[in-house]
Amino acid sequence: MSNENNEALLEVDNLKTFFYIDDKVARAVDGVSFSVHRGETVALVGESGSGKSITSMSIMQLIPSPPGKIEEGSVKLEGKELLKLSERQMTKVRGNEIGMIFQEPMTSLNPVFTIGEQLAEPLVKHKGMKKKDAKAEAVKLLKRVGFPRAEETVKEHPHQLSGGMRQRVMIAMALACDPKLLIADEPTTALDVTIQAQILDLMQEIKEKYNSAILMITHDLGVVAETADRVLVMYGGQVVENAPSKVLFTEPKHPYTEGLLDSMPDVGDEKERLESIKGTVPPAHNFPEGCRFAPRCKYAMKECTEAVPELREIAPNHQVRCILYEDRGGEK
Amino acid sequence: MSEPRTPEEQTDNQPNPPEPSEAQEPTKNEKQQSPTGIIIRRFLKNKLAVFGLIMLVLITTVSFSAPLITEHDPTSTDMLNIHADPSSEHILGTNGVGQDNFARLLYGGQISIQIGLYIAAIVTVIGVVLGSLAGYYGGRVDGAIMRFTDLFLVLPFLLLVLTVVTILQETTLTIFVITLGLIVWPNITRILRGTYLSLREQEFVLSAKSIGASDFRIMRKHLLPNAVGPIIVNATVIMAQMIILESALSFLGFGIPEPTPTWGSMLDEARNLGILTGQPHMWLPPGLMIVLTVLSINFIGDALRDAFDPKSKSR
Repeated sequence: MSNENNEALLEVDNLKTFFYIDDKVARAVDGVSFSVHRGETVALVGESGSGKSITSMSIMQLIPSPPGKIEEGSVKLEGKELLKLSERQMTKVRGNEIGMIFQEPMTSLNPVFTIGEQLAEPLVKHKGMKKKDAKAEAVKLLKRVGFPRAEETVKEHPHQLSGGMRQRVMIAMALACDPKLLIADEPTTALDVTIQAQILDLMQEIKEKYNSAILMITHDLGVVAETADRVLVMYGGQVVENAPSKVLFTEPKHPYTEGLLDSMPDVGDEKERLESIKGTVPPAHNFPEGCRFAPRCKYAMKECTEAVPELREIAPNHQVRCILYEDRGGEK
Repeated sequence: MSEPRTPEEQTDNQPNPPEPSEAQEPTKNEKQQSPTGIIIRRFLKNKLAVFGLIMLVLITTVSFSAPLITEHDPTSTDMLNIHADPSSEHILGTNGVGQDNFARLLYGGQISIQIGLYIAAIVTVIGVVLGSLAGYYGGRVDGAIMRFTDLFLVLPFLLLVLTVVTILQETTLTIFVITLGLIVWPNITRILRGTYLSLREQEFVLSAKSIGASDFRIMRKHLLPNAVGPIIVNATVIMAQMIILESALSFLGFGIPEPTPTWGSMLDEARNLGILTGQPHMWLPPGLMIVLTVLSINFIGDALRDAFDPKSKSR
């Protein structure tokens, strides 16, 4: 759990990333605020199209532009404003202070280079290492992520490795310069279940060893339960609930979070059918008025469509964006 | 930057000798093949390509060692000995102004091969630079570069060559190469732009960015090696096309002017029914050389395309 005295490692405040396609504006990320502390694992959870990946890409400033544009907000890493950095300065942050792991290990490595060459790249770039030293360091990095025969693996090409192995290489690459923050965008989605657990354990282990932090983007609540200290539930480009992971799983407050948890299979459960949330995520260029979840919400009332509810603190460390709690916990 | 590019070099840098693994798993050696090794192996499997390569090397070597093979000067005329039949002195006889046909054939090869090589090189460099900029950045950069290439594409090709050659009376090799190069570059630029456009969307570009690689570095280090296949293949196609084009233009009298020998101008000299029927030694050798050279280059290009295609079945 986060240490309140510590200054946040990453602070995202009112981040807005819009996409301009034809004459439409897609508000993919619309006023997202959160923070990540050292030693913490924070999970960003949501369906496809909820803006969680765009949030992580905005932090790294890897939004394809045009059509994307970060309109507003601030992203601070240890107090340093990242959005004000030039592209050149940003290349010194990427891979050095923030590492990133992607969803598709099968295609995220360059097919024409050996593993060693790819691992050496961030070391040469950020640490100014000599090619030869970087190659030697690459062997150590691979050992760190659990390659038994790292000396041979560095000479191999990506197509010679399995998906799980490639993801390990990606992790090793992201960790090469001991970043303060590791952003993992669905790191286990493309892997089979047995490998998933290994990769998650590995990430957790490395985080603890190096006192870094992880921002995990996922739609897999199982992964969240296993790894996250705190969970941010996103819907329609906004954070709808922010709670410590234990609290979130036992007493979800937002109807959307409730729906997500209900739609999770449960081993001991005798239910014949899984619950599902009716409807689909609205497209980002056409959000409904007021609460964006209202059209799918089973508790929806007339008031829901009037204005977007505020993200309110209903308990220490627990925020919810729902009109139901505005009335109870609010000024009324 | 001294980044080792070839896997061979890279293996040398490794402090750990690979012997133990080979001893344990004999099949490993096969699996450990570097992409370069696989490409070479696939290329050598193609019999036609190997034939083409040998032919091309042979033609090039013979052409460029012409002074060692014949003591005749291809430009010196001998008015007392025109249209001579083959003899021990003139292996392929002499032409209408008494120049030795065999010497002209050899020296002409130099010109043809140089034209093909230089134009292919110029055009490939232009194509790679503009194609990668347009394909990688997209948007406005792409629009600007592509409209510019369109401008060149709509120019009537043959007419332009003829105009330039007519205006610049003294067409030297350099002028010829530059003119043709300027006219063919849009094609290869468009093709390579497409290649880069699809490469840009690959995940590894994003992951290269996420470790802090700059745009320039991504284009140079990450995309270029992946585009080598299409680049080489297009270069060979251009080379073959240009050799044919030079012959065609020379045949029309718009090539590199006399007295410089080229295969095309040798064919031009045979534009006469008497020579066509009675003296095949005048036109058959240059014609054959053009066909052989172009065919060889095409075979090599085809095989390279297959060899560079990772989905190719012949592993």
